[in-house]
Amino acid sequence: MTIQLSFDRTRPLSRDDLARLVAADIPPGSYLNLGIGQPTRIADFLDPDSGVILHTENGMLGVGPQAYGDDIDPDLINAGKVPVTETPGAAYFHHADSFAMMRGGHLDVCVLGAFQVSFDGDLANWHTGAPDAIPAVGGAMDLAIGAKEVFVLMSLFSKDGSPKLVSKCTYPLTGLGCVSRVYTDYGVFLLTDHGVVARETYGISRDDLAERLGITFWDT
Amino acid sequence: MATVVGDADEAVAGIPDGSTVLIGGFGTAGQPIELIYALIRSGVKDLTVVNNNAGNGRAGLAALLANGQVRKIICSFPRQADSYVFDELYRAGKVELELVPQGNLAERMRAAGAGIGAFFSPTGVGTPLAEGKELRTIDGRDYVLEYPITGDVALIKALRADTLGNLVYRKTARNFGPVMATAAKITIVQVSKIVEPGGIDPEVVITPGIFVDRIVKIAGVSPLAETGAAG
Repeated sequence: MTIQLSFDRTRPLSRDDLARLVAADIPPGSYLNLGIGQPTRIADFLDPDSGVILHTENGMLGVGPQAYGDDIDPDLINAGKVPVTETPGAAYFHHADSFAMMRGGHLDVCVLGAFQVSFDGDLANWHTGAPDAIPAVGGAMDLAIGAKEVFVLMSLFSKDGSPKLVSKCTYPLTGLGCVSRVYTDYGVFLLTDHGVVARETYGISRDDLAERLGITFWDT
Repeated sequence: MATVVGDADEAVAGIPDGSTVLIGGFGTAGQPIELIYALIRSGVKDLTVVNNNAGNGRAGLAALLANGQVRKIICSFPRQADSYVFDELYRAGKVELELVPQGNLAERMRAAGAGIGAFFSPTGVGTPLAEGKELRTIDGRDYVLEYPITGDVALIKALRADTLGNLVYRKTARNFGPVMATAAKITIVQVSKIVEPGGIDPEVVITPGIFVDRIVKIAGVSPLAETGAAG
């Protein structure tokens, strides 16, 4: 896959640029599911000619842009319960079919947010494990193990500066060994059978990044 | 055989205390709100409710919870910006929560409706939601054993029904409706229009009438519900 965009490598990526970068990496013609929150922004940067078809787990393929004003229809929402529109060729289906599309290996890519991802692709994104937290999992566990490729879009460091790409997740897991790529403000990481490849970095050198993450990158 | 009943109160009549009630909807899309209010008026209590969420704002499912009629909720995504009714009850220990991944939730009801005794799902393997459940490796992949969820009653919302109970839905308001309709002993459907047999093209029927027991027309549904659906 080629990177179709170029960004200033001397600074961390902005949220929009990060979404733009992921959007450019989605193979044309893919069936794509975007998780709630930041990943949803990727839809705004998809090339309309790419033929990418958006899936939402509440029962629709061919999700169009967010609806505003008179276009808002309470019966037409995405997984984040945001009013959306339908594109020509859209299809509706019930929940069991929608999740069969994931578990059955029909969905090409999903992009999820994360609290933590481990070097070998374990994902933690549904529960902080805090005793007073009310857990909510939604479709995250089904997506994590169902989509052919699972990309994570997240900030690389948490607010206290600790890395979110870690040797072992400390938060409760969503799925085992399911993440293939991690897109972050400081770099893009490919999680391979050989190890973690830093495809590119932003605003930090590869060596400094390896030190902060406590990792030796596998060099292609 | 489906029966057309006169109003929502008649539709939910006779639901015993302690029932498991499957309630359709994803957030408010497809939520059978008038049937839920009828359930509130009926005063039935000690319910186990199955829904994707745990109520939004103070209406519908949230109102049922607030009224103290729900003992347990089985759902995938209780915590939302406007789930404060549930949050308060849960933190006070007044409602039990069984958290189920959304696809397993749908499939457990699909299994119930299809007469499947249990199934192995790859979803949740290695996570806290699979703890205590039987694991099996099949063709090199790990799966967790999941059991069906059968409802005593399902309350769902469709767009139109014919008098035989054949249903069509509208856009993403379909969500859990067709699966829940198969998974309950009594399926109660609210629609905005009821037509005679033949009034729905058989090619576009989503839920065949065999899965439907009671149908009620709810007047005054938004005009949006009258447009836009096939069939």
